[in-house]
Amino acid sequence: MTRLISYEKKDTWIDRLSGFTKLVFFLLWCLTSALTFDTRMLLTMIAISFSIFAMSHTDWRQVSSVFKAVLFFMCVNLFFIFVFAPYQGCEIYGSRTELAHLFGDVYITREQLFYEFNVMIKYFTIVPAVFVFLVTTDPSELAASINKVGVPYTFAYSFAIALRYIPDVQDDFSRIRNAQEARGIEMSAKAKLISRIKNIASIIFPLLFSTMDRIDVVSNAMELRGFGKKKRRTWYSYRKLKRNDYIVLVLTVLFMAAALIITYADGSRFYNPWTNS
Amino acid sequence: MEPIIEFRNFTFKYKSQKEPTLYDINLKIYPGEKVLIAGPSGSGKSTLAHCVNALIPCSFPGKTQGELIVKGMTPKEEGVFGMSKTVGTVLQDTNGQFIGLTVAEDLAFALENDAIPQDEMKKRVMEAAKVTDMTAFMHHSPSDLSGGQKQRVSMGGVLVDDVEILLFDEPLANLDPATGKSTIALIDDIMKQKNVTVLIIEHRLEDVLYKDVDRIIVVGEGRIVSDTTPDELLASDILIREGIREPLYVTALKHTGAKIRPEDHPQHIETMDVSKYVSGVREWFESTRSEHPVLTTPPALEVKDLKFSYTEGEPVLQGVSFTIRKGEMLSLVGRNGAGKSTLSSLICGFIKPDAGEILLNGEDISPLSIKERGERIGLVMQSPGQMISKPMIREEVGLGLAVRGVPEDEINKRVDETLKICGLYPFRNWPVGALSFGQKKRVTIASILVMQPEIMILDEPTAGQDYRHYTEVMEFLKKLNEDMGLTIMMITHDMHLMLEYTDRALVLTDGTLIADAAPSEILTDESIADRAYLKKTSLYDLAVKCGIEPPSEFADHFISYERKLRENESRETEASGAQTGGITTGEADS
Repeated sequence: MTRLISYEKKDTWIDRLSGFTKLVFFLLWCLTSALTFDTRMLLTMIAISFSIFAMSHTDWRQVSSVFKAVLFFMCVNLFFIFVFAPYQGCEIYGSRTELAHLFGDVYITREQLFYEFNVMIKYFTIVPAVFVFLVTTDPSELAASINKVGVPYTFAYSFAIALRYIPDVQDDFSRIRNAQEARGIEMSAKAKLISRIKNIASIIFPLLFSTMDRIDVVSNAMELRGFGKKKRRTWYSYRKLKRNDYIVLVLTVLFMAAALIITYADGSRFYNPWTNS
Repeated sequence: MEPIIEFRNFTFKYKSQKEPTLYDINLKIYPGEKVLIAGPSGSGKSTLAHCVNALIPCSFPGKTQGELIVKGMTPKEEGVFGMSKTVGTVLQDTNGQFIGLTVAEDLAFALENDAIPQDEMKKRVMEAAKVTDMTAFMHHSPSDLSGGQKQRVSMGGVLVDDVEILLFDEPLANLDPATGKSTIALIDDIMKQKNVTVLIIEHRLEDVLYKDVDRIIVVGEGRIVSDTTPDELLASDILIREGIREPLYVTALKHTGAKIRPEDHPQHIETMDVSKYVSGVREWFESTRSEHPVLTTPPALEVKDLKFSYTEGEPVLQGVSFTIRKGEMLSLVGRNGAGKSTLSSLICGFIKPDAGEILLNGEDISPLSIKERGERIGLVMQSPGQMISKPMIREEVGLGLAVRGVPEDEINKRVDETLKICGLYPFRNWPVGALSFGQKKRVTIASILVMQPEIMILDEPTAGQDYRHYTEVMEFLKKLNEDMGLTIMMITHDMHLMLEYTDRALVLTDGTLIADAAPSEILTDESIADRAYLKKTSLYDLAVKCGIEPPSEFADHFISYERKLRENESRETEASGAQTGGITTGEADS
């Protein structure tokens, strides 16, 4: 079973940061990237993003298939922006410079291309950060640290436990699907869509039942070892915030503030390279 | 001395059931004892244990009468949490109870919940890891561990608390024989180190008796049938009466006509005094013969130099070749991760081999899709729950035909025929949910059989079943094999199954076939048994002790003799069935 982007222990400084720090960074980073359309800012963020990715020693194989999926999604996104709003860029930048005539009254404009270029680089600011976050964060340590900042532990733990059993359910799923396929229940593209939907039931039911059995065992096992007994719980994998964590947290906040100030300095979140010319 | 566990006139009835599961239990267990609780499925042995850790009645509600006192406490009032400080429970499902994302976290789980400070927690986790010999695996995730290692972690996970009672719920159910043996050794070790009381619930008696047990309590139909030392119990006929398998050497001695005496210490074959039985065993050996039917039928399945790897450089199968003849019934054995499932996945076409070929009746099946292969090679999964997807028996059995567009008359006809063969015809209009485990198993076999496959592959057909259900399933498969000439391959690590029901076993270790021989040969060859994580059969030890030459043939004679006994038995029951005019309807299971 290939395991897509999941935590893998590597001894880098990023790995050693607390999950809390990484979560804050990740959230603020995405927020900044979502807010700004300032090309200079976005390019800076790409540079930072990719250098973090490099420093994290993330294995390309771990993320390549997801990366390809994201690329595909991005292309679809860019295409549809053009189809539905071919002059969005012109509206934003308040000018219209036609570069090529496609058909009818549809033109490719410089502004539109620039706008879509900005959308594209936004993807590239976020994607490496997401990968680094997922690949370098120990889920139980993250659960521990979000519990420490006030999130109830039952909630924090539910997410760690989901990660624990997802691979098991995946295994169950492929085993059941194989056996049902051998009985003649076609799940591949060869079958018609309607029959495929109907056939899913013959996988879902056994999967549901075996999962419910599993839940029984897990909840008994948890209870037998005292889960939920006390209001508070300690964590084996909790790490105190260290000097590096504080540095990263401060830098992140400063960076976000700076990024937003620069972005909004001219009253618009878009950077317009043509205003001065 | 005060008992640490005491049942006094204890009766328990599950909320969902009409009749009590436990009747009037009176039982005392003393500190430092090691007690085995044995009994067939549904006897109430697990219920008894779960009363001690308070899962009953806290998680499985019901009504209790009488008294149960554990270390001066009443479990019902303390609740599961309250009892968990005193009673450590290791459940049967080694994977399901592994909660942490790594070994260290799982060991720490109980301490975390108890809000123990991290420094102390780490120290206690390390200690538990040392006791269970898992220190080298602290950062491993459960998917990187074998079943035996997961079980060690489960043990460690309860040992981090200073429990006084350790409760094992069928600890051997999911383990291969060699791992089971080391589990029993570990339990023994822990007991000596930690000075705890141990309760083991298990029906695999011979495996538990690998190390000394103080007492065996036999539970049958909710009552305590016997409460005595292993030596006394093995000398009696209680086990057979209650449907629990005796150690093979004991059965063999009984076949020779010997009357086993407790003073010969039959608990372990290694230390048993067999001097009184030697002449009887030798005579019996001379008077019996072994039969090896040689099959000369054409090959049904040929596997040639099959190679496969999931990731490059880590071969799972490295050039496996064998031939299965038509009408053969054989077993495929080897430890977990040896490549057994991969091999069956390759045969069924779920994955594609890197090299080599698979021939069915001399024809290369590589171009066939999963569905097409499914019509000729039937796969029955380990647990019926993994296959059953329709609410009604008829629908479930007919599913494979229905999706292939077979006309309805034809489906009905074939489903009826198959249900009759499988002894399920009287239940044809029942919902699947109303059947017992063994019957559900037969439904899944029927749903494959209905497609008239040329070969059937069964994954662990007897896993988790007691002796009676084991015999029921295996006799049924044997009948299919003999009457219909169905070729059957079983993936298993049940040594009894391979010894008693198959004439040939393929042994897979680290992706290579290390043996292709008669099970009696494999199980008497120490080096093969070791490499495949099997265990040498105790029959061999008995033969050696009695000076039989060659000792490996003794197992052969034993098996042939047993088969003949069973054949006679089934002939008798068939005859009496014919007299009363009944067809073999598959007795209503309790």
